[in-house]
Amino acid sequence: MRKQFVRTIETVMETDTNLVVLLGDIGVFGFRNVFAKYPERVFNIGICEQATTSLASGLAKMQLIPVFHSIGPFVVERAYEQLKDDFGYQKLSGNFVSVGASYDYSGLGCTHHYPGDISLMKTIPGMNVIVPGSDNDFDKLFKSVYNGPNPNYFRLTEKGHSLNISVTFGRCSIIKDGSDGIVIAIGPMLENVINACKNLDVSILYYTTLSPFDSQSLREAAKKKKIAIVEPFYEGTMAYDILSSFSGESINLISIGVPRKFLTNYGKATEQDSYCELDVLGIKLRLEEFFNGKN
Amino acid sequence: MSSTEKIIIKLKKEIINATLINGEGHIPSAFSILDILWVLYDKILDITPQNFDSIDRNHFILSKGHGSLGLYAVLSEKGFFDKTELNNFTKFDSFLGGHPDSNKVPGVEASTGSLGHGLPMAIGMAFAVRIRKIDKRIYVIVGDGECNEGSIWESALLASHHKLDNLTCIVDYNHSTDRALLLGDLSEKFASFGWHTITINGHNHKELLDSLKIISKSKPVLIIAETIKGKGVSVMENNPAWHHRGPTQEEVLKMLEELK
Repeated sequence: MRKQFVRTIETVMETDTNLVVLLGDIGVFGFRNVFAKYPERVFNIGICEQATTSLASGLAKMQLIPVFHSIGPFVVERAYEQLKDDFGYQKLSGNFVSVGASYDYSGLGCTHHYPGDISLMKTIPGMNVIVPGSDNDFDKLFKSVYNGPNPNYFRLTEKGHSLNISVTFGRCSIIKDGSDGIVIAIGPMLENVINACKNLDVSILYYTTLSPFDSQSLREAAKKKKIAIVEPFYEGTMAYDILSSFSGESINLISIGVPRKFLTNYGKATEQDSYCELDVLGIKLRLEEFFNGKN
Repeated sequence: MSSTEKIIIKLKKEIINATLINGEGHIPSAFSILDILWVLYDKILDITPQNFDSIDRNHFILSKGHGSLGLYAVLSEKGFFDKTELNNFTKFDSFLGGHPDSNKVPGVEASTGSLGHGLPMAIGMAFAVRIRKIDKRIYVIVGDGECNEGSIWESALLASHHKLDNLTCIVDYNHSTDRALLLGDLSEKFASFGWHTITINGHNHKELLDSLKIISKSKPVLIIAETIKGKGVSVMENNPAWHHRGPTQEEVLKMLEELK
């Protein structure tokens, strides 16, 4: 998805002279053509996320459109208060694009994992939270909101799915209609979810915008209030959004996500997926137990 | 007494009166920066209520947001909003809070309060005027205590590396946090980061005016303004007990008496 990020930025910069890119000393090689073309609007700003985030808000105050890019923990967690105050509270527009979700840099250990980012970003009122599942998703969603009135957070995963889904900002896409309940697939989880649901008669809803949350589509699709969510970050992260969609009605809900503990093993992201039971087999077992079991 | 001295005393009285309503204070911080603010808005900045919505003007950020009352007094004096609003300071539905909100207060450029945000924001604005090829300067006031923050030193590196010679940072050096963490020779430190530095008396209007006019080729400017917290009110001067609290009616009368 990182290559798509560069392609999208390059395309937007051709027509929008207000876009300014700030790289936290990553992706510099990938952006080499952009650096050459627009030296006055692309900066390898260094490893100083707090100042960079405030700096980006200064650009936004002057009607420029900042895009800050770094590895997830350093975009979201290192300078969280800057995001909250300088963009959220001040109601400024800007784009924050993280890479490495949730544990793409598995071998680098927990300092480079960030399964808590979505909870944090959703906590900032007005922050659009976007989890593209594919290159196409990112391109479409970035272009539709990057110059809007709100700050935007884009969570990039190294490897997305290969399906071609039509996505719209703020809306989920209905992938499949079924009668036993709903499975919500978030961004890159979609392909695994489809494969895991082969023996189930369930609806599959695909979410790439997590905030604002599309409650309406979920309500309309919920013939039976039995809902499973497969989320590539801490399990339970989206529970509030789902519960509040049904405002007090009782629903049966499970979350399949990253367990709430430090993942202190290394290896590859796919190995973490298996460990977290977020591979097809793990998801399939959990879903079949939920939908076919006695509960 | 000169007309400027009269205005400063008038503003100080307005500030003291404003704190009576809700007991929110930070009077000493407001007095510490009042002379700097006045010289900026009266002689340096081309910011008016009429051109505030344009970006083609000077820009000013009060990074140490707890000096908000000083800023409010000066902004109201310059016609950004009615003087009577000062008496609503920190009331529930007032637009004048203990820290300034740029979405509420006419003439306020940035919502500050948490320290270490305003200087890097000003750097972003300095980048922006350069990108937009606007020949305007960005000014920012930070506190000496604020200089404990890491983001200040990230900013010190950034402004110098990018040769932001359209940026002036004023340190309100009232020594309030010497008790916590000594800054040492601030001038030497910033100079070693590549800034043009100058140390002045932050209550002397001529020194303020001269230093605020400094432009240094390829270098951001740092003005170390030696100031006194609570300047002009003896009971408050450099007395940490007064940092945040508001005065009682009786104390207000004494203070107003001292200011004449």
